[in-house]
Amino acid sequence: MSKKILSKANLCWMALSVAVYILLSVLINFRIISSYYTITIYNILINIILAVSLNLIIGICGQFSLGHAGFMCIGAYSAGVITKMMPNLGGLFLGVLVGMVISTVAALIVSVPTLRLRGDYLAIATLGFAEIIRIIVMNMKITNGAAGLSGIPKLTTFTLLFICMVISIIIVCNFTRSAPGRACISIREDEIASEAMGINTTKYKVSAFIIGALLASLAGALFACNFYVIKPTQFNFNRSIDILVMVVFGGMGSMTSSVIAAIVIGFLNMILQNFSNLRMIIYGVALVSIMIFKPTGLLGTRELSFEKLLKRKERKS
Amino acid sequence: MTQFLQQIVNGMSLGSIYALIALGYTMVYGIIKLINFAHGDIYMLGSFVAYIVTTKLGVGFFPAMIGSMVFCGIMGVLIERVAYKPLRHATRISALITAMGVSYILEYTTQLVMGSEKKTYPVLLNNSTFQIGSVKVSTQQIYILVITIVMMIVLQYIIRHTKMGRAMRAVSVDENAAKLMGINVDTVISFTFLLGSALAGVAGILVGVYYNSINPLMGMTPGLKAFIAAVFGGIGSVPGAMIGGLFIGIAETMVIAYGSSLYKDAIVYVILILILIIKPEGLLGKNEREKV
Repeated sequence: MSKKILSKANLCWMALSVAVYILLSVLINFRIISSYYTITIYNILINIILAVSLNLIIGICGQFSLGHAGFMCIGAYSAGVITKMMPNLGGLFLGVLVGMVISTVAALIVSVPTLRLRGDYLAIATLGFAEIIRIIVMNMKITNGAAGLSGIPKLTTFTLLFICMVISIIIVCNFTRSAPGRACISIREDEIASEAMGINTTKYKVSAFIIGALLASLAGALFACNFYVIKPTQFNFNRSIDILVMVVFGGMGSMTSSVIAAIVIGFLNMILQNFSNLRMIIYGVALVSIMIFKPTGLLGTRELSFEKLLKRKERKS
Repeated sequence: MTQFLQQIVNGMSLGSIYALIALGYTMVYGIIKLINFAHGDIYMLGSFVAYIVTTKLGVGFFPAMIGSMVFCGIMGVLIERVAYKPLRHATRISALITAMGVSYILEYTTQLVMGSEKKTYPVLLNNSTFQIGSVKVSTQQIYILVITIVMMIVLQYIIRHTKMGRAMRAVSVDENAAKLMGINVDTVISFTFLLGSALAGVAGILVGVYYNSINPLMGMTPGLKAFIAAVFGGIGSVPGAMIGGLFIGIAETMVIAYGSSLYKDAIVYVILILILIIKPEGLLGKNEREKV
């Protein structure tokens, strides 16, 4: 490795995440903000994981998936069932692991045949797949059917959630900058051309899809162990759209913007909680108008990069 | 055996409704290669319009059907002009996202105006049942089937034998070449939306009559199923949509009768994934090669 892990830019990122962590944990632990806001913050952190992982599939690899809620559902139910039997951190760890294994298998089953399809067929196929997962969960004994699982121990702590979020962002960003990530970007830009350049498009599409699915199932597990109760209806089509709105709103292909969008939409949801119809109409209008007036999203593919900031500073001085 | 035939009859009336919705999908997709996600909600609007017209104004079935056709047709054209036209040359993903946005707007605006509770549909067609052999058939089912077939014949006539229909076929083959031949592509696309949405309006009132209850979010699932029916029959093909719709409808009633009604939605998605793996161009669709 020629590049140092402890480069200036990476140190800046670390400092930023530690600072945000300390700030938020002081706010939460000393009860400076009400528990209402605390729940919103938890929600936002989970949504960041979901948005970043979906952005990997849609923004980086250019594959339009509408089935993210399905993988979240797998993660949530695996963690829910296992932590009910083993209510400790080991149980949560095991649950996450089981969820990830099932998600990988499910993602392989859905992606190998369907990723050969063009964009819009893929969207419908993934949507159908997520619905199938939900219907299966609704009909199984172990998941307690349509009534949902309740009494899941609350194991998601703020620290755990924050660490998982940071790790997810690191995984996705590093994947994007790696050779497979570049291959994915070339697939997004022009699938036929990248195939002609000798890129095994199916392999890279499937790998991006699986990483996205894994992170979604992690988010699902954290979600289940945070809210005590999970129901199949929580993982329906609307949930997939919620995540999609974050990705599109921020800009497909930019992780920074997904994070920002998840935060903004998290607060928007909190404010509009009592006007759910209005919230959905706003979502719809936002989707349509972003696509018409600024199809790249608010930030496009730009990223917040300390490397560039530092370089600019050096040049100035 | 009796039960099997009975389920075929029930499946056919459900399937004709799917077929009517599927036609809108297949025509729009054939012309501008857009999965019009909002199409399911147009059909929901159709059934609400018919509900309002019949309960508030007290008109009969056929005037209500015409009313909902007109309203849905206008809505379809309006949506196309406002939301889809600016994106005609954008990527498919952005067009699809827009369609989902439109669908959200339609669903939740209706919910805001009409309330989210289920509405009981008035009895518009007399519902007497009679026996053919050992199979029970209701007049409603006959109405549904006959109306669907009539609509299908009218549609085939428009597409095959009128000037506008020829223009539609030309645009679906090659938009630019059609433009060079002096076809007003914008008008043709609007006309396609008008036709498809009007058929969705018919499906809307038929669903209201058949199921007796409607709600603002009812468009999503039948919309998706109709889309799957269109894919099954071969997207872009009108007879394909009819066959696909009937097939999906019958498959669904069979699952309810012999399996579990909880799995009735799952079977449709399984059919979709299977057809995409085995024959992605659909039963009657043409296989298009991807050009560089």
